Amino acid sequence: MTAFLSVIVVLPIAAVVWESRRDGAASFWDVVTSPGAVDALKLSLGAAAVVALMNAVLGTITAWVLVRDRFRGQHLVNSIIDLPFALPTIVAGLTLIALYGPRSPVGIDVFGTRVAIGLALLFVTLPFVVRTVQPVLLELDREMEEAARSLGAGELTVFRRIVLPNILPGILSGVALAFARAVGEIGAVVLIAGNLQVASVFIFTHIESGDRAGASAVAVVLLTISFAVLLVIGGVRRLATRHERV
Amino acid sequence: MSVSSVALSSGARRLTLRGIALFYLLAILIGPVIVVCWRTFDQGAGHVWDTLTDSNTIHAFEMTLLVTAIAVPVNTVFGIIVGLAIVRRNFPLKGLLNAFIDLPLALSPVVVGLSLFLLYGRGGWFGDWFEAHGIQILFALPAMVLATIFVSLPFVAREVIPTLREIGDEQEQAARTLGASAWQTFRRITLPSIRWAVIYGVVLTTARCLGEYGAVAIVSGRLEGQTETATLRVEDRYTNFDLAGAYSIAVVLASMAILVLIAMTLLKPKEEAER
Amino acid sequence: MRRITILAIAIIATGVVAAVAGARTHGGSLSLVGYSTPKTVMGKIIQLWQQTPAGKDVSFNTSYGPSGDQARAVAAGLKADLVFLSTGLDVDTLVDAGLVDKNWQNQTYKGNEAYSVVVFAFRGGNPKHIRTWDDLVKPGVQIVTPNPFSSGSAKWNVLAAYAAARHEGKTDKQARAFVQKLFKNVVSQDSSGRNATNTFLAGKGDVLLTYESEAVAAQQAGQNIAYLVPGSTMLIELPIAPVKSSSNLDLAKKFIAFTKTAPAQNLLAQAGYRPVLKSVAKKYRSKFPTRALVTIDGPLFGGWRKVDKRWFDPNKGLMVGIERAVGGPTG
Repeated sequence: MTAFLSVIVVLPIAAVVWESRRDGAASFWDVVTSPGAVDALKLSLGAAAVVALMNAVLGTITAWVLVRDRFRGQHLVNSIIDLPFALPTIVAGLTLIALYGPRSPVGIDVFGTRVAIGLALLFVTLPFVVRTVQPVLLELDREMEEAARSLGAGELTVFRRIVLPNILPGILSGVALAFARAVGEIGAVVLIAGNLQVASVFIFTHIESGDRAGASAVAVVLLTISFAVLLVIGGVRRLATRHERV
Repeated sequence: MSVSSVALSSGARRLTLRGIALFYLLAILIGPVIVVCWRTFDQGAGHVWDTLTDSNTIHAFEMTLLVTAIAVPVNTVFGIIVGLAIVRRNFPLKGLLNAFIDLPLALSPVVVGLSLFLLYGRGGWFGDWFEAHGIQILFALPAMVLATIFVSLPFVAREVIPTLREIGDEQEQAARTLGASAWQTFRRITLPSIRWAVIYGVVLTTARCLGEYGAVAIVSGRLEGQTETATLRVEDRYTNFDLAGAYSIAVVLASMAILVLIAMTLLKPKEEAER
Repeated sequence: MRRITILAIAIIATGVVAAVAGARTHGGSLSLVGYSTPKTVMGKIIQLWQQTPAGKDVSFNTSYGPSGDQARAVAAGLKADLVFLSTGLDVDTLVDAGLVDKNWQNQTYKGNEAYSVVVFAFRGGNPKHIRTWDDLVKPGVQIVTPNPFSSGSAKWNVLAAYAAARHEGKTDKQARAFVQKLFKNVVSQDSSGRNATNTFLAGKGDVLLTYESEAVAAQQAGQNIAYLVPGSTMLIELPIAPVKSSSNLDLAKKFIAFTKTAPAQNLLAQAGYRPVLKSVAKKYRSKFPTRALVTIDGPLFGGWRKVDKRWFDPNKGLMVGIERAVGGPTG
């Protein structure tokens, strides 16, 4: 098992880290701070952050509607949430170009803009917050909310003081996953972004142009972000279980 | 505050929230998919047929299925073994192992592709050795399989681990005290108890393998009729001015995705009941 | 349960065997690595050759993509018996990697398969009436060209612009200033020629600088694109070369020879390439307007190696300064 994991995961990751430092720490820094790399990383991080925050709000609302509301077709809608997990990302990108590109049937053409990148990232990250918040909402004991309401608290207060603290760990881990996914996304973005380079496209083009060191340097940045996110999620999980025990 | 006004504002609030959620799903998810399905038949069903029966397209689907058929069993076996190791045993660096298993979920597929390029390309760590022995890893099936195994690694493990944790190992301990061997215990007690978790994990793994693009795009060389997968073929049709062709393949992939979704919807409750 | 285990092991074993089998290289076939545009026409030429005694029973593996990327992929291990690329510079990459004979230009027609020229392409109409190189630098004109550091097509564009300015009588300094003025009007620099074409077709920019053959390929694929050949432009030489380490070297050379015969050159001409074979070129003269053509090996440029160092060196090339001045990508 260790051998398998080493061959599949550890060695490849080691190779990337090694390649990025091959010419020394100074050259790593040079590459990472070169305008192309900085722009690409800024775009990826910025877009991922915006999308992660949008997911925090829209994902929570969606989870709420799926749990607390009742309407026809609700089960169908619930199943569709997982579509981004099932659909190939390149197909997702293609569908977005069809609706929001040059031949848009609704007249919205955002091909080659940051909005397009945002849409693509919203597509692929859609399920994350929804699916981390939903189970918590389902298990939530409504008694506390009812009690608060009977004491005269408004809906917003009930949500803010009672529901939110309980679903916050779920929101946080969903946001962290969404962020990690969005910062490294390639398939959904590659067609609709035109020539706007996100970090993953930067790495892609630099591999093809033979600049392995440059590609590896930016890749190491993405790798660090991925590990950091995993740490955050682990931390949130521990925080949540401690919270529960209290 | 009278009862009626409370009811009115709560009804309006509910409708607003529902509206926001549904509009969000429509604009981001459902709308685009519908447009593609509709646009696919723009140039008539004949073109769709031509694209899908083109020998290179058929081969692309074969490649996708072949890579999936190799990666899924491998990751299933791995997922079960590693799940058991993590839940039932204690060993140093367990946290690190956990992190490495979860890594593919948070890591960009492009980084995965790059890493294989660095290992197996000419001038890479192992590339020259393999080349000297006439074995092609990069730009051939082996690299595509390695990449796909990497990106779809976590799913079975992540489904199995919480299930194993929840059900505990009392039954297994009982079986061992009654004299059952490790293999018998595994086969008759452990495996059936995580059956639905494994199946659900297999479905997720399969979906991930079918949809892989970034890592395979880097390591495959996109040799038409050789190392192109269905997802690569979609991009190929698009960049060669054949939008309708790209849509046709996309619709087939989307149909596969819907089957996966149905499987997920049916299996999720079973998996949760198992815990 | 045991049956399932055996099945699982069998599947994995089959997978491993298939993987290793797939890894072994086959004989009796040719691997052609080419740049993106000639995909369709090469398919036809291959079919034609397979009907001749020399090409009977030869199977082909083909890969098409951006020229520079393809050259580097071959250098990184992508199996190829012959390459058909869009600049001699990319073939030189393979010479440096020890894969192509350094005398590859001693073949017929200096190692070239076909020619093309740099053209201005438009979507449908040309409302800004862009006809000459000077029109391109007018304020408000939006140009699409690929990134000269990653794309062979872009390199041809830059050299064509410089050559046109020199042809007009400008000095070297003035011509370089002209190129910088042109790049001020560039609104999009994609990583490859094909990407630039697609970005342009998706609605960006007023005019696309590209190969005549790429514009024709887009037209023949039903895209709404028109082009004009400016009064003075660059002769694009498209090289084809065998990979010297190939185990099918003779076969590769035979195929290359075939591509320069009349039947293949006819197909190329019909697909928008200017044939190297004079008899076919004569036949299709009306399709390919003659202009003042500057060549890469002529007195103005002195060959790819010189040009690449002077213009496209990633640290000291002239394009680095120009891109920096206009705020474009320098890598």
